[in-house]
Amino acid sequence: MADKKFTVLDLLELDLPGHDALDLTCITGRRGLPRPLTVPDINRPGLALTGFYESFAYQRVQVFGRGEAAYLQKLHSENNITTLKALFQYPIPCCVFSHGLEPTEEFREIAEESCCPVLQTALESTEFSSRLIRVFSNIFAPKKTMHGVLVEVYGVGILLTGHSGVGKSETALELVDRGHRLVADDIIEIRCVNGNVVLGQGANTLISHHMEIRGLGIINVSQLYGVGAIREQKEVQLVVELEDWDPNKVYDRLGTDQNYMELLGVRVPAIEIPVRPGRNLPIIIEAAAMNERLKKMGYNSARDFNQNILKWIETGEAQTAYNNNDDSY
Amino acid sequence: MIEKQLVVRNRAGIHARPAAIIAQTANKYTCEISLSRDDTTVNAKSIMGVITMAAGYNTTLTLKTDGSDEKEAAQAIESLFESKFEEE
Repeated sequence: MADKKFTVLDLLELDLPGHDALDLTCITGRRGLPRPLTVPDINRPGLALTGFYESFAYQRVQVFGRGEAAYLQKLHSENNITTLKALFQYPIPCCVFSHGLEPTEEFREIAEESCCPVLQTALESTEFSSRLIRVFSNIFAPKKTMHGVLVEVYGVGILLTGHSGVGKSETALELVDRGHRLVADDIIEIRCVNGNVVLGQGANTLISHHMEIRGLGIINVSQLYGVGAIREQKEVQLVVELEDWDPNKVYDRLGTDQNYMELLGVRVPAIEIPVRPGRNLPIIIEAAAMNERLKKMGYNSARDFNQNILKWIETGEAQTAYNNNDDSY
Repeated sequence: MIEKQLVVRNRAGIHARPAAIIAQTANKYTCEISLSRDDTTVNAKSIMGVITMAAGYNTTLTLKTDGSDEKEAAQAIESLFESKFEEE
């Protein structure tokens, strides 16, 4: 959605489940609903209401809580509408009243006049603010689409990449058959959340759990293997690049060095696996997933192995020196 | 690299069958072939990718081919679009 504008109407129409629901209704200013939200942040307009407009963050969503609503009541009792008029001089994207609070009659009228949508939510101001920030961080996150298959193996999100026909889908199908989960096949939409997490999901929820297998056609994985075999989205924690075996290329034989791939500015561990008939890729990928988990827990198989060898050589040397009656030991 | 604008001319748009024809044709060539609509770009060699674009009647898509046989590939894909995927 980076290119498309996110409007107040889109915000209103978001259908989020349970603890993420914004519970918004539009009470006035419907004509302003196509206004775009450009700054993913909120502002409490208390200071602006008192007439202080320096550094007024008018581009943000204005949240009116109990304090602001009480101040509006005070303005109402004083018949003061100049401050309200001044407030709506600014191109505010929308105002939100929390706690199910109602704006005053003048507020409605002036908002309607200036085409500023006024929304209402039953949530508390702080809860609404944190939910809205979460929504914003999802919607305004940098995104891109990639070619590959996203699977979850032993809880590790693995993005299988490689050129068309290398066997990504077949490998994923066998992984699903072995009890792992498919997130999406072929077109993966990745987005960067919080600046350090890359989330992946299917570009289209309608077809993301379908797979195309050469010779078989299109299959529906959720119907074939059940809901336990699918997932909506998953963090990309490892990139596995499948490529045809190239006899002239040197592949990693030790695994002591860690390679990374940059996805939307985040470094994600990456490995290259050469494909050759007879190589059992799903098992290699399962092992890679478990190895990745071990590394996260602080154990690195390859490094530990090498350290043991070094120790062994050292003790061997010490023994020979002792056997040769070397006095230095 | 060759870049061409193609318009979907068959009434039903690019559903499963046309997508399969496009992917099959694309797979005959070694060059990189991609189709894009607005901000989504997909690999034309993958059926699911081509379907994902949900390209309906009269949608304009951008075809890009890059590689040794790019000319032939672009020609072949273009003629598919022109023949309305042999549907009408």
